[in-house]
Amino acid sequence: MGCNTSSTRIKNSQTSLRAVLIIQNWYRGYKARLKARQQYALTIFQSIEYADEQDQIQLCNFFSFMLENYTHIRKEEIELSQLTESKQDMRDKQDYIHLIDVPDSYQGPRLQFPLTCADIDLLLEAFKGKQILHARYVLEVLFETQKLLKQMPNFTQIQTSPSKEVTVCGDLHGKLDDLFLIFYKNGLPSGSNPYVFNGDFVDRGRNSIEVLMILCVSFLVYPNDLHLNRGNHEDYMMNLRYGFTKEILHKYKVHGKKILQTLEELYTWLPIGTIIDNEILVVHGGISETTDLNLLHRVERNKMKSVLMPPKEINKDCNNDSKPSKVGVTISAHGRIKASGCPSEHLPKHEWEQVVDILWSDPRGKKGCFPNTGRGGGCYFGPDITSKILNKFQLKMIIRSHECKPEGYEICHGGKVVTIFSASNYYEEDSNRGAYVKLCSGANPRFFQYQVTDATCFQPLHQRVSTMENSAIKILRERMISRKTDLIHAFQHQDRRKSGKLPVSQWAFCMESILGLHLPWRSLSSNLATIDENGNIEYMSSFRNIHIEKPIKEANSALVEILYRYRSDLEIIFNAIDTDHSGLISMEEFRTMWKLFSSHYNLHIDDSQVNKIANIMDLNRDGSIDFTEFLKAFYVVHKYEAMIKPEATNLGT
Amino acid sequence: EIAVAEFHKKIKEAFEVFDHESNNTVDVREIGTIIRSLGCCPSEGELHDLIAEIEEEEPTGYIRFEKFLPVMTEILLERRYRPIPEDVLLRAFEVLDTAKHGFLTKDELIKYMTEEGEPFSQEEMEEMLSAAIDPESNSINYKDYISMMVIDEN
Repeated sequence: MGCNTSSTRIKNSQTSLRAVLIIQNWYRGYKARLKARQQYALTIFQSIEYADEQDQIQLCNFFSFMLENYTHIRKEEIELSQLTESKQDMRDKQDYIHLIDVPDSYQGPRLQFPLTCADIDLLLEAFKGKQILHARYVLEVLFETQKLLKQMPNFTQIQTSPSKEVTVCGDLHGKLDDLFLIFYKNGLPSGSNPYVFNGDFVDRGRNSIEVLMILCVSFLVYPNDLHLNRGNHEDYMMNLRYGFTKEILHKYKVHGKKILQTLEELYTWLPIGTIIDNEILVVHGGISETTDLNLLHRVERNKMKSVLMPPKEINKDCNNDSKPSKVGVTISAHGRIKASGCPSEHLPKHEWEQVVDILWSDPRGKKGCFPNTGRGGGCYFGPDITSKILNKFQLKMIIRSHECKPEGYEICHGGKVVTIFSASNYYEEDSNRGAYVKLCSGANPRFFQYQVTDATCFQPLHQRVSTMENSAIKILRERMISRKTDLIHAFQHQDRRKSGKLPVSQWAFCMESILGLHLPWRSLSSNLATIDENGNIEYMSSFRNIHIEKPIKEANSALVEILYRYRSDLEIIFNAIDTDHSGLISMEEFRTMWKLFSSHYNLHIDDSQVNKIANIMDLNRDGSIDFTEFLKAFYVVHKYEAMIKPEATNLGT
Repeated sequence: EIAVAEFHKKIKEAFEVFDHESNNTVDVREIGTIIRSLGCCPSEGELHDLIAEIEEEEPTGYIRFEKFLPVMTEILLERRYRPIPEDVLLRAFEVLDTAKHGFLTKDELIKYMTEEGEPFSQEEMEEMLSAAIDPESNSINYKDYISMMVIDEN
């Protein structure tokens, strides 16, 4: 009896051991696949983000192209206006501000100049209560901030000590909750608690202006202890595409334009970087092999209007600018771009390139320095470049931001380069943590991570991953539909036998080359298309439950697709033409712009088709088009979901 | 031939997603995830051995793609470490459910998973519990749980 039970016991325990092993093995496999799916989603978000930046750069090339070609167009066709910088303007601005009345009915925070830390608290409380700061105060803060920034050198020098550590924060991108969390965890800025904010305060998030206001007010109260570096999004052209301009115009309907004008100039006065304890360089993007800090110390940084508007070659004549308005190539935007080429207005090309490198570059593991093809600006710099530049200028480390990292920070190049990113949940709920780093001479950097939590964080892991994955796939499918014609063309070209199916590798090849995104297509294929029993992809299935809503029945699909694909670019261009910011442009402007646009982007679209659309859009028959409505009319419909308008997707703005 | 070329591309894709510095290396701690994302289910012990095979002579904490590719290709070609079929998984739970209730209590699950076999870390245990345990009954209805996981993966 004893023998039987013990052998049964052993057998039972062996069986149960096997069972436990099976469950553990299965669970670990499942968990790993979840993690992989999460990483795929992040890769998708990131690729599309960078591809958008490339589009932005291409758009700026288009602006240059426009500038060069305008002289061939009749001057009367486009209204031009000009604004020159002068002392007169400063006085005008000040007068303007003081003319703005803050009504008694205004419930929001009232700032008292000169500002004190009480105003910082006031603002924080007000913004937590979702209040909006009155335009009068916004303008005053910006005005005072710019005055003070002008006195700052290109690189601020900071010294730390054991009792005075400095905290460096990365991209915030309008995410107010993250700023609140940082201040909660790390304390408010003060004489004993200095901060460096390393650029990209605005765009994408919903509270860019609030974030900027808190930073500016803190700067005004503690100018020696709150340091702001310029990021690539402190740029009015980027704001047009990535949401800040929209946010301002939405929140400040009367004075928005003035605020934008003020911002445009303020950006140019932001310092390029910070140097801590003479050994740590803090800049937004990175460096290149030609980075020359001595040069950068000397450049007139305020001549860097938009990082994306390259100066023309100096030998192009700038005599055109001697006469105002109608001559040559002034386009009015919220900030008045002038014809580049006049050396007095803009940086010389090599200086401009140096600044772009600082604001746009990314570190990579590969040695050497290569053009940053992902973003289209700046470069990829390897560990050898880091060593070379650090040695050349007797520095020990670079702290930079610019790239979203899952843990909020990342160390590379053997500890010489640190990326710090402070906007948690940047792409989607749970996509990443945020972080900040505290530095003190003689001690190792200390990293602190956080994540803004939401109800979703209490969901189990697989649900959070699902949400993120669905979001990424949706964005990817919208990208596919906006290039449907080209994709189908490529698929059919490969599909010799017209079977409607392609082997995975050929399908992947088409996807990568047409969309221009380097993604794990094989792993994603099951999410994007139907796969048959043999593992072949039915390529048309991707386009089944999704289509672009046609604003007018008569418009042909190819045109609709192109207008959808370029809607961001078109919006920016229209904004640039719309001088009085009425939201309307004339038919003539539209036609001219379209001609130029399609010529530059090599679009083979029948002009008459476009005219037809424009005519129909001219609803009140007064010869003008409400372009916001025009562009809103193009959005993607996902068949089994509620209609998705472009503003609703994370990366749509 | 063609199959090998396809495997190579598939492996490269899965690897690159974790190659954050774009220099053909990944952190060794991600290797398990990569291998499993390719459909294989090695045990922790088997994984350990694999890593020893593909690590550098002097471990750097990073795995190079050149070393990973041939080993992974062979695994795929030989169809090693096949995943657990759903019915086998169900039976495993049933074995542990000695009283044949149709569910396991939270404590039972914790005991098994953290004390036997290749024990879970605390993090792994918490994660599994968050999705598996019905908070009202404090138990896991494993049949429902398995169905839910299967749906989620497909």
